[in-house]
Amino acid sequence: MNHGSTTGDYQTAQTLECFGFLPKFTQDEVYDQIAYLIANGLTPAIEHTHPSQATEHYWTMWKLPMFGQQDMGAVAAEIDACHRAYPNDHVRLIGYDNYSQSQGVCFVVVEGRG
Amino acid sequence: MASKAYDAGVKEYRDMYWTPDYVPLDTDLLACFKCTGQPGVPREEVAAAVAAESSTGTWSTVWSELLTDLEYYKGRAYRIEDVPGDNESFYAFVAYPLDLFEEGSIVNVLTSLVGNVFGFKALRHLRLEDIRFPMAYIKTCNGPPAGIQLERDRLSKYGRPMLGATIKPKLGLSAKNYGRAVYECLRGGLDMTKDDENVNSQPFMRWRDRFEFVGEAIQKAQQETGEKKGHYLNVTAATPEDMYERAEFAKEVGSPIIMHDFLTGGFTANTGLAKWCRKNGMLLHIHRAMHAVIDRHPKHGIHFRVLAKCLRLSGGDHLHTGTVVGKLEGDRQSTLGFVDQLRESFVPEDRSRGIFFDQDWGSLPGVFAVASGGIHVWHMPALVTIFGDDSMLQFGGGTQGHPWGNAAGAAANRVALEASIKARNQGREIEKEARDILMEAARHSPELAIALETWKEIKFEFDTVDKLDVK
Repeated sequence: MNHGSTTGDYQTAQTLECFGFLPKFTQDEVYDQIAYLIANGLTPAIEHTHPSQATEHYWTMWKLPMFGQQDMGAVAAEIDACHRAYPNDHVRLIGYDNYSQSQGVCFVVVEGRG
Repeated sequence: MASKAYDAGVKEYRDMYWTPDYVPLDTDLLACFKCTGQPGVPREEVAAAVAAESSTGTWSTVWSELLTDLEYYKGRAYRIEDVPGDNESFYAFVAYPLDLFEEGSIVNVLTSLVGNVFGFKALRHLRLEDIRFPMAYIKTCNGPPAGIQLERDRLSKYGRPMLGATIKPKLGLSAKNYGRAVYECLRGGLDMTKDDENVNSQPFMRWRDRFEFVGEAIQKAQQETGEKKGHYLNVTAATPEDMYERAEFAKEVGSPIIMHDFLTGGFTANTGLAKWCRKNGMLLHIHRAMHAVIDRHPKHGIHFRVLAKCLRLSGGDHLHTGTVVGKLEGDRQSTLGFVDQLRESFVPEDRSRGIFFDQDWGSLPGVFAVASGGIHVWHMPALVTIFGDDSMLQFGGGTQGHPWGNAAGAAANRVALEASIKARNQGREIEKEARDILMEAARHSPELAIALETWKEIKFEFDTVDKLDVK
């Protein structure tokens, strides 16, 4: 990245779509996003994959989407469990929207070591 | 069958076309016109004349009318309303039977509704404010080639608006230098870049050369960033044959999306191209050159909400809607009104947003609203609030005018966007807290810090010419 010179040299970076340009979220900031997801009626879900396959549409599902889950702590615990099971993988948090059949939230919450 | 005697001559329009007791059918196409008649002509006569001239009528009775049942085919003026705050104009509501229009042809609908009637001498001004398309008609239209949901899935873009830029200078770059500008924007963090609408195939850059270099720029940026990228290759051309040739080549060079100007190109070209895109798995970005000629005068022409509805039926995955906050005209409530028409599956009547009818869109896919024109990083929180996630925010000068160049400008915008989304999801009022949110994000992004400094004083504060009709 650049350092405050008058003409910066912008280095291209590998980024992971939404929130890829922000500093890594703290635990509290991750909780905020889980709270948003649940408050908006989205279904939390977790997926993981090896960084070398991150550009593919399908990542591996960590269990089933957590239909009806209202407990933020339970979602955070599943993120941790997924990360412990696959420490080399990226882990992403998804909020499924069954009305639009899309994802209202999707971002990489843990970056794998690769 | 009752038979009538033929009575030649000129009748008052209202005898046949003013029907205040009529209850519109679910299958009727309804229209609301703002009418300004010549002095001394009664409102009912003006409204009836509009209904007649935009449907079955002509100025004189003709004998061949008696060979058909005009009661079945005629348009009917069924309601008249005052325009709030305006003593000289009024709204006329007209119902048209479904059989007046060819299936799936926006061209045919507009040729009737905004044809000869707009030059009618008994009128000083006429404006088509809104159309209610019946479900029976909507089901005959193809609509957007992909729609919001499918585009997000193809490109893996979720939970935020997409970010774009129109490549500048808009005319005069060579194909290779143009591709450079595209590559720099995409590698820096934009999702898509756009051909300027004026860029077709001029002597300084023929379309084929542009497509080849841009294709390489997209592929390289995708490989380096790991994210999906695209560039709206403008296939608007002099003839449909040229248009399709360019569309085929855009697909060949690997762009996921092409672009068309739906008003200058016309609805026939647009509907055909949208069908081609559906068939070929391509996205379609729609620009709206010429719209302000048609929609800006508050008393004459066609409101943009009608053009937006027509585009959703004709087909397009993105449509320019104005920015509210940037350099181009656009009232906030009115803009939100037609943004709903692009994206929602049902939009209720809401006069505070200029929506005159309930509109059920059925299963027609949604269209991304595109905000483009004179916007920069300081506008980001407001744009996210106004347009929400299902939008494409385009910063042309606001990306490429960055002191460090396009890539840094793109990164600055991406940081500002993601910081706004993060803060919104945290429940913060991002429009009010814009300054704090952006300054906070700039602590981790020198690109954003420089951008905030560069554009800190730029504002476009002029009053809107076309306001909603309110007291």
